[in-house]
Amino acid sequence: MSFVTRGFGGRSRDRDERLPPGQTLVHDFPVLSAGPTPEVDTAEWSFTIVTEAGTHRWSWDEFQALPAEDIATDIHCVTHWSKLGTSWRGVSLDTLFEDVESQFDYVMAHSFGGYTTNVPLDELLDGQAWIATEFDGEPLDPEHGGPARLLVPHLYFWKSAKWVRSLVMMPRDDPGFWEQNGYHIHGDPWQEERYW
Amino acid sequence: MDHLDGNALAGPLADYFTFDVTAATARCNGCGEVAEFARALVFTSPAGTVVRCATCEHVLATLVEAGERAWLGFSGVSAIEVRRA
Repeated sequence: MSFVTRGFGGRSRDRDERLPPGQTLVHDFPVLSAGPTPEVDTAEWSFTIVTEAGTHRWSWDEFQALPAEDIATDIHCVTHWSKLGTSWRGVSLDTLFEDVESQFDYVMAHSFGGYTTNVPLDELLDGQAWIATEFDGEPLDPEHGGPARLLVPHLYFWKSAKWVRSLVMMPRDDPGFWEQNGYHIHGDPWQEERYW
Repeated sequence: MDHLDGNALAGPLADYFTFDVTAATARCNGCGEVAEFARALVFTSPAGTVVRCATCEHVLATLVEAGERAWLGFSGVSAIEVRRA
């Protein structure tokens, strides 16, 4: 009865529904970088949020004193791998933006080493994004963005800027590094927003 | 002065985009160094290729490839010198 098929929708039963379209499950943690890994000493590290009104700054010790959260989330790289159920610890951007006021709706994340990526502010708040300093219960490896990286898991992982040092408010959704060079301005994996 | 649309580039650029880019020189917008692309630092990953200045590590150029589509960026150079044979 080779003509009998599993019917319409049978294919979707084989597929993990946590995987966005075009993604493949991996169990390792691939490293993708656009340049050398910067050596960032936590004694020299600071994190800033810059608005049209001024700069909010946290030293490493001040940052460590903020309330941190455990984050369990799936991550999706634009190069077609996804990793499910990853474990992070970090500070919610809701906490960091508590006393920040700005008229601007967009954010450019800046990293040590010069990398940038753009994200709308409303996609960083309400429990959607963190500054992560631990992965799997250990301090974040430099190759994965340590000492601290942005974690915005509902967007493709290039938005989760490694070695983040600053979030700068901006009036327009200007493109960051990869977004200027072919990748999508927004990057929703469920919409397959990979490229321009 | 009136301008032409981009189609007018097809003829002139066809002569130049066949060159061996490694032998071409470019000026880094970061530090001003003029060097052959062959001397640059090239970082490759599945996300794309990033070409950096060997002197200051400023990004000179990028290449993103996705099937039939490719994006070639030269955001970090002011000009490329190509030696004509």
